[in-house]
Amino acid sequence: MSEASAAPAAELAPRSHRAPLAILVALVLVAPWVVYPVFVMKALCFALFACAFNLLLGYAGLLSFGHALFFGAASYATAHAALEWGWRPELCLVFGAAVAAVLGLATGLVAIRRQGIYFAMITLALAQMFFFFSLRAEFTGGENGIQGVPRGMMFGFLDLSRTYVMYYVVAAIFLLGFAILHRTVHSPFGQVLTAIRENEPRAISLGYKVNQYKLIAFVLSAGLAGLAGGTKALVFQLASLTDVHWNTSGEVILMTLIGGLGTIFGPIAGAVFMAALENYLAQLGSWVTVTEGAIFVFCVIAFRRGMFGELSRLLKRPL
Amino acid sequence: MPDSDVILETRGLSKEFRGFVAVKGVDLKVARGTIHALIGPNGAGKTTCFNLLTRFLPATSGTIVYRGEDITRASPAEIARKGLVRSFQISAVFPHLTVLENVRIALQRKRGSSFDFWRSDRVLRAYHQRARELLDAVGLQDFAQVPAIELSYGRKRALEIATTLALEPELMLLDEPTAGMGNEDVERIARLIQQVAKDRTVLMVEHNLGIVASLSHTITVLARGEVLAEGSYQSVSKNSAVIAAYLGTEHG
Ligand SMILES: Nc1ncnc2c1ncn2[C@@H]1O[C@H](COP(=O)(O)OP(=O)(O)OP(=O)(O)O)[C@@H](O)[C@H]1O
Ligand SMILES: [Mg+2]
Repeated sequence: MSEASAAPAAELAPRSHRAPLAILVALVLVAPWVVYPVFVMKALCFALFACAFNLLLGYAGLLSFGHALFFGAASYATAHAALEWGWRPELCLVFGAAVAAVLGLATGLVAIRRQGIYFAMITLALAQMFFFFSLRAEFTGGENGIQGVPRGMMFGFLDLSRTYVMYYVVAAIFLLGFAILHRTVHSPFGQVLTAIRENEPRAISLGYKVNQYKLIAFVLSAGLAGLAGGTKALVFQLASLTDVHWNTSGEVILMTLIGGLGTIFGPIAGAVFMAALENYLAQLGSWVTVTEGAIFVFCVIAFRRGMFGELSRLLKRPL
Repeated sequence: MPDSDVILETRGLSKEFRGFVAVKGVDLKVARGTIHALIGPNGAGKTTCFNLLTRFLPATSGTIVYRGEDITRASPAEIARKGLVRSFQISAVFPHLTVLENVRIALQRKRGSSFDFWRSDRVLRAYHQRARELLDAVGLQDFAQVPAIELSYGRKRALEIATTLALEPELMLLDEPTAGMGNEDVERIARLIQQVAKDRTVLMVEHNLGIVASLSHTITVLARGEVLAEGSYQSVSKNSAVIAAYLGTEHG
């Protein structure tokens, strides 16, 4: 049996992410001057979505197959509040995230008692119910969606109709959401969550009421997925059925897996990669999905741990 | 035996799996401060008993009384919080956490702060000193930073015991603590059990009869889900029903 030699009795290995964090912030600040801002905004919305999803799958070991429910519901809620009620954008976003968190709580209460594939199936079923509800409901605009959503004046003075203002607001939202997730993963709570993923019966036998931890993680994940969805609605001034479609639930899984499950930066890379792919493959029309599928299969075979999973192995440090 | 000296008692404990009775009317009394061994051939129902006692499985019938309190319907986590902590037959560590983190998870539960998702995990350093003391006690002080998955089997079991001890349980359930170990490890674990049993009660399932003979005050023999005999090692080992049950099994 292989056994590592005795390690020095130093304090815990520092898991400092200072360098990669600095690179991330720099990239986010510079990106719109290099690439189309709208493209980067889209990528950042999906990156936050994927990071929120990763909290569940990567750190709590829960595979939600219905995360579009939270992304899409918040997208509708934010768009509705902005267009029909004329709320200020920051309130619309908070409202969207809150709606997603409440739906997360409801979904979580139903799903978390189930394990593995049953958990995935219940989340998928609930998301599908919401999809058909959105298709029929009045306020979602059915097939047309909610169009012409006003971006408005954030805090009364940030004019979001100006592209670069909108961009830096999106960047700030993304970084805030990412900071929350980063802290959650590296918190006492995150430590327990990891333990539950690693060995749930053992965590129970130590007296942890594991469902409470899973539920908190679920609500956090849903709320931040909602923040991402609401932001997307403001950026594109549109909330539509695409946001609640199971395809979106599937894409966020792919992003996370391609980027690196359970790595803190991986889902960002995965989201950017997928957004770029969609953009550059757009001329292929209906072949986009097929090509995406092929690339996904290739990625899974070539780097099983995802981009950042492999990178973190090469660098011998958690990323 | 006055009731205050009984820490755990079961009455008519039974478990049925789709018609198959794995545990049948078990009346067990574990005296406070003793090492009590539960032995029996493979498939006798020992692990199932542990699962019932800790509510990892619901009992089909019967009651479980711990410190005078009926815990037949408590949840597994509640039972652990009352100080009745189990280990598993298959080693149960958190494989990708370091040895220190493994123990710290238990300390964190006992001492709080485990819901704080907004605080840095640096606050957990407050537990390092106690964690190191526990690792010292089981001879793992040099492995604090090693991921648990890289430990040898014997050391994983030692880590499990350290993690369990971190909760300062009143009653510790050990399921085959020495199974699959080399002689050296077996002796180390045996010494460890003896040492930790000074301040608490231990109920253990063990196939190594040498360990059972040298450590335990009371032995309960289980066969096909039923209690066959109970008493000291001397009396139990002379019991003809016990000898018959063990004949023809690998532990005969
Ligand atoms: N979840 C279950 N479903 C169905 N049957 C089970 C289940 N758990 C245990 N059994 C059966 O109950 C019987 C007792 O099993 P148990 O694991 O308690 O035995 P044991 O005494 O611990 O044996 P060993 O010494 O091999 O660990 C066995 O016949 C086993 O197949
Ligand atoms: Mg067993």
